[in-house]
Amino acid sequence: MSETVTLTIDGQDVTVPEGTTILDAAKQINIDIPVICYHEHLTGNGLCRICSVDAGGRVQAAACVTQCGNNMNVETNSEDVQRGRRTILELLASTVNLDEAPDILDLLDEYKADTLRFPDGARRDMPVYDDNPFYLRDYSQCVNCWRCVQVCADDAQFAFALSFDGRGFNTTIGTFQNEGMQNTTCVFCGQCVGVCPTGALKPKRQALLEEGYDPDSVFEMTRRKRKPKKDKS
Amino acid sequence: MSHGKIDFKSIAIAEPKVDLAPLQPFLNEVAPQGRSALLPALHRAQALYGWLPREVQEAISLALRVPLADIHGVIEFYTMFYAKPTAKRVIRVCEDPACHLVGADTVIAAMEEKLGLHHGETDADRTVTFEKVPCLGMCELAPAALDGEKPAGELTVNDVDAFLDGSYPEPTAKPYGTHMVTIGRMGKVDPSSLDDYRAQGGYEELPKALNIKPEELIETVQSFGILGRGGAMFPLGLKWKFTRGAPGTAADKHIVVNADESEPGTFKDRGILEEDPFSLIEGMTIAAHAVGAENGWIFVRGEYPRSAKRLNNAINKAREASLLGKDILGHKGFNFDIEVRVGAGAYICGEETALFEAIEGKRGFPRIKPPFPTTNGLFDQPTSANNVETLVAMLAALKMGGDQWRSIGTEKSPGTKLFCLSGNIAKPGVYEVPFGLTIRDLLTMAGGIPNGKELKGILMGGAAGVFVGEDKLDVRLTYEDAREHSFPLGSGVIMVFDEDADIAETMYQLSRFFAHESCGKCFPCQLGSQRQMEIMDRIAHPHDKGGLRESDKQTLLDVGFTMTETSLCGLGQTAASAIVSAIKLWPELVTTND
Repeated sequence: MSETVTLTIDGQDVTVPEGTTILDAAKQINIDIPVICYHEHLTGNGLCRICSVDAGGRVQAAACVTQCGNNMNVETNSEDVQRGRRTILELLASTVNLDEAPDILDLLDEYKADTLRFPDGARRDMPVYDDNPFYLRDYSQCVNCWRCVQVCADDAQFAFALSFDGRGFNTTIGTFQNEGMQNTTCVFCGQCVGVCPTGALKPKRQALLEEGYDPDSVFEMTRRKRKPKKDKS
Repeated sequence: MSHGKIDFKSIAIAEPKVDLAPLQPFLNEVAPQGRSALLPALHRAQALYGWLPREVQEAISLALRVPLADIHGVIEFYTMFYAKPTAKRVIRVCEDPACHLVGADTVIAAMEEKLGLHHGETDADRTVTFEKVPCLGMCELAPAALDGEKPAGELTVNDVDAFLDGSYPEPTAKPYGTHMVTIGRMGKVDPSSLDDYRAQGGYEELPKALNIKPEELIETVQSFGILGRGGAMFPLGLKWKFTRGAPGTAADKHIVVNADESEPGTFKDRGILEEDPFSLIEGMTIAAHAVGAENGWIFVRGEYPRSAKRLNNAINKAREASLLGKDILGHKGFNFDIEVRVGAGAYICGEETALFEAIEGKRGFPRIKPPFPTTNGLFDQPTSANNVETLVAMLAALKMGGDQWRSIGTEKSPGTKLFCLSGNIAKPGVYEVPFGLTIRDLLTMAGGIPNGKELKGILMGGAAGVFVGEDKLDVRLTYEDAREHSFPLGSGVIMVFDEDADIAETMYQLSRFFAHESCGKCFPCQLGSQRQMEIMDRIAHPHDKGGLRESDKQTLLDVGFTMTETSLCGLGQTAASAIVSAIKLWPELVTTND
């Protein structure tokens, strides 16, 4: 039997096995803490910090990676917590195109974020990479949640095709020598597309359908043509 | 290629345009280390080729078995690695506050004109590259620059010719103080000579310490009351106790010295590394005995090439004299050795877990804590990560004896502390004084503000610290007084600004520093440090960037709050500290007239 800990979340007592995160403990008592980078099947890295809560520490704690402690008193939606969330969302909206990230758009509404707070801040505008028959990469829609890098590496596929360009604000997802995906170790498993929360990675067929092409033309445009048979005569 | 088993892969690689033969022996040598040899391999390659061509990256990938994408990510992370053609000789000039206060901009302009190059440019025949860079850790020698591996300080426009032709003399340390027990040898001892170190009292403590049981030694050190001198103030003895108590054998435990001193205004450790390297090695060896660790690492920032050189020389001499290696000083079974690792331009690697990542050959992303380094540190093994000054202070306390050490300083802050005085001050330098002197005492000791100017403010604790005004001059420099008055002692930075100083410009430079050094891992720091810089740029440069807006104050406070409260590591949590303190002290800077 593993040990348990008892804590208070928004005034409610909850008892959970030792090692449970605040996020999971809150879920048990139907308290929803917002997340962006978190994915239940991937290594938690505590990147987006949108799940930060007041757990009585020196600073707020990221609920997705902070384990519950005995007698901890957690506030998941205090004014300070909301102030942090709202500002992170405003920073994000001023940097990244969130048009195809419905969950984040909902959060912008919920926290009354002013999306024009930083009207002349630099944006991460990037060209769309259309370098393979399967998916498009539009990093102007990328929030740097790392999910694609992780599934490509040791969280799932062990293909190691993706890493990062730059540092700080200028961090984007990158490949060796900025090669197109067909010149990398990518195996086109599609898992990166599956875990992308913002539409930065998108199946090429879906993109073409959205652009108004009919299914037959999309088929023509994306199928890999066979090499013509050699004439044996 | 000698690595037969991976030869097949090279078939896929385009015919190299670069001759890899000079690099191959090194790669063969470090191949067994795998990924952890990545930074050394990149440094070696860059020394050979000036930059890191594709073929070189591929060869390193094969030898160390690191995915190509990861090699790319690492090179992209560290500013001193170049994936584009760059000269072997890089000239780096500091553009951060301490240098700016005493005329760096005119020196930079003169160099740009003389070289015909601007920031980031390389001349046509690839003989020299010019860069304006963040703090070089030579604030007492401001304005400071590096010509390749050669440091220069106190540059004026008239020195630019001599600096560029290599005839300008290298600077020496400037130690001052009233109780110079940790830096007493600095400037007097030959840093390359083990004999000289011994003649001046060196290696007297190690033999004694080795005759004390580790548990007793830890208790003794705990009684000294030494808190970590890097700024986080964790008790040294307790850290050793935790690391000693963590599961694992000595072969699986590490003593890591954080010599990645990179915070604008901090330069105390550089003096110890350059002028008295044996004292650090002796201190580390004592730590190794106390903790029960066989592996020693010193991570030196890339901008301290002279420190790395002198440390390596000292380590070799200590090894030859059986002061490092197996059965040290005849103590059967006591094995300890030290490897120097050189950073490559990333302040974040001064965060201990980011430092571990760098040694492991990764991007310097800080890890989530807990777990803490004492159980899960370097290579996920128990690690005592200590600041340079901390270990040398411990050595000094051992020499003096606990009673005498505790007789100076205050009860809660015993002993001495190094302070880094820079900016508008007559005698900038490293000052060793007992805890308990006031800020005013130190400023007086350093000759006060030159040219009869009045004080405007002082940046306490470094770029991640806070500004204080004249009303704090009589506060005592102790941990307890600093806490009461809400400023950090941090790494001992005291940067002085006179009445003419442009504080808005300094705030911009500090915010630029954090935007440049944010690793990009967590959202609040990655995005907030950029926005903070953009707003300060506009406020500090009203004529060409637009000037202050009414909303700026609240926006800076919200961004500051969010970075402080929600960032993943200490960098983000303190990236707004100086800015927010300046807003409190000088509200007029962010208040519109209407």
